[in-house]
Amino acid sequence: MAEAGRLTRVHAPPPVLNPVMLLRVALVLALLMIWELLARSGWLYRDVVPSLFKVAAAVEDLLTTKDYYFNLGVTSAEIGAALLIGGLSGIAVGLLLGANRFLAKAYEPFLYYLGPTPKIIFFPVMIMWFGVGPESKVALGTLSCFFPVALNVAAGMRQIDKVLIRVGESFRATASDMVFKIYLPAMRHPIINGVRLGFGFALIGTLLAETKLSNKGIGFLIIQAYSTFDMPRMYAMLIILFVLAFGANAAIGRLGGLETIKRT
Amino acid sequence: MTAVALPSRAARYSYSARILGWGTAAVCLLAMEAVIRIGWISQFIVPPPSEIAASFGRLILEEHIIRRFFYTVGECLAAGAMITVCGIAVGVLLCRYGLFRKAYETWIAALASAPFVLAYPLFMVIFGRNAWAIIVMGFVSGLPPVILKTIEGISGTRRVLVNVGRSFNLSGSQQVWKILFPAALPTIFVGVRLGLIFALINIVGTEFLINFGGLGQLITDLAERYDLAGTYAAICFVILVSILFFMVLERVERWLRPVD
Repeated sequence: MAEAGRLTRVHAPPPVLNPVMLLRVALVLALLMIWELLARSGWLYRDVVPSLFKVAAAVEDLLTTKDYYFNLGVTSAEIGAALLIGGLSGIAVGLLLGANRFLAKAYEPFLYYLGPTPKIIFFPVMIMWFGVGPESKVALGTLSCFFPVALNVAAGMRQIDKVLIRVGESFRATASDMVFKIYLPAMRHPIINGVRLGFGFALIGTLLAETKLSNKGIGFLIIQAYSTFDMPRMYAMLIILFVLAFGANAAIGRLGGLETIKRT
Repeated sequence: MTAVALPSRAARYSYSARILGWGTAAVCLLAMEAVIRIGWISQFIVPPPSEIAASFGRLILEEHIIRRFFYTVGECLAAGAMITVCGIAVGVLLCRYGLFRKAYETWIAALASAPFVLAYPLFMVIFGRNAWAIIVMGFVSGLPPVILKTIEGISGTRRVLVNVGRSFNLSGSQQVWKILFPAALPTIFVGVRLGLIFALINIVGTEFLINFGGLGQLITDLAERYDLAGTYAAICFVILVSILFFMVLERVERWLRPVD
């Protein structure tokens, strides 16, 4: 239905070639030029910095290889499983600690101080517990993902408007009603932020574990390219990986409607 | 007779919560010890906590864990010094030239969450399998928060302080060193703290992955020798070191924060 009686000011879109955009383009071009000059200069060992054309050809080669998609599928499944287990347990623990101040005071310092420790060092333990297959990678991803989600959810729960909680209590809402009808909807923003952070950590944990000990997955392909000194292929995989990581991160935010949430 | 002050209700509440937390940890350790001794969990997967605690002495005497600790701390300090100098310099420059700040601040923010550690094979190719690759890895991952917090701190300096500097006819560099920098220092240190934590995580992680250096390498070594108690003890040691590191940085940050 057309809106009637409302005047809206038409904002002119900013010019495409504004100084900010020019500076950005200039930086990218300068970096690419420096890269290509280094590649052609012969100052470094051959292929340590391969020509951009070689890297572009390797990207194209990778994207048309069936094997790459199989390995991408393996890694995606591992990250997905880690995010599911770590994210759900993180949300559950976060809700518990956020709802109970006494429990938070007792246990949150452990999460707070264990959160920033390097999780990859637990990989030998994960191998002993879960074997050398994908399970140990999922376990490391889960461990990496759990802490940021739990801490974000606990902090987010404490910031819920008290009025909303009192409304729920005045309607005599049950514990599950409070969780699903008050807490979770009110905490959409911190939960999505936590899941985004958790995704990043799960991705890093899983891929690092794959580079250390694995026979499939993107991490394995990267370390294989390094071992055979196939540098264009290694750079190509890192580029695709970074693009996918940024894309997935943005997609989680968009799917969760992060930009549409009104912040007070 | 002197009156003995009774602890307040809040203090008692906090005290009992702390007892619950540490008590649970102690009970878990005792339960693990019992379950492993009974044989419900194989000693070849998880050694009893008492055995892990006992192997600390061996790590100190035979595995030179203290020397390795200082090696890792040295790498962290080298990365930290580079992060601080470069991060603050870039932050100040971006504040001074607003157009550059507009162009690159969002990119730097995106880099702060980039999974740099995944590119460790790249650093090994460029720098070789040595301490420099590890230090640069720590530097790259810790740099963005320092730049961002320097920008935040300097641009958040109170107008009145800047005007006082102007009224004294301070030159550009005097304005930076005598007004902007001291006012922004608490916020900058928040960035340095975050940067150092990122650097420590990445440095230990890279040491573990490339099997070179201090504490990270020790864990790989022990795991490859299937020295279970030693591996668990080394992991506990790294956790303790990172907690200590985190607490010290937090203390310094609190000390630098202005009193409202």
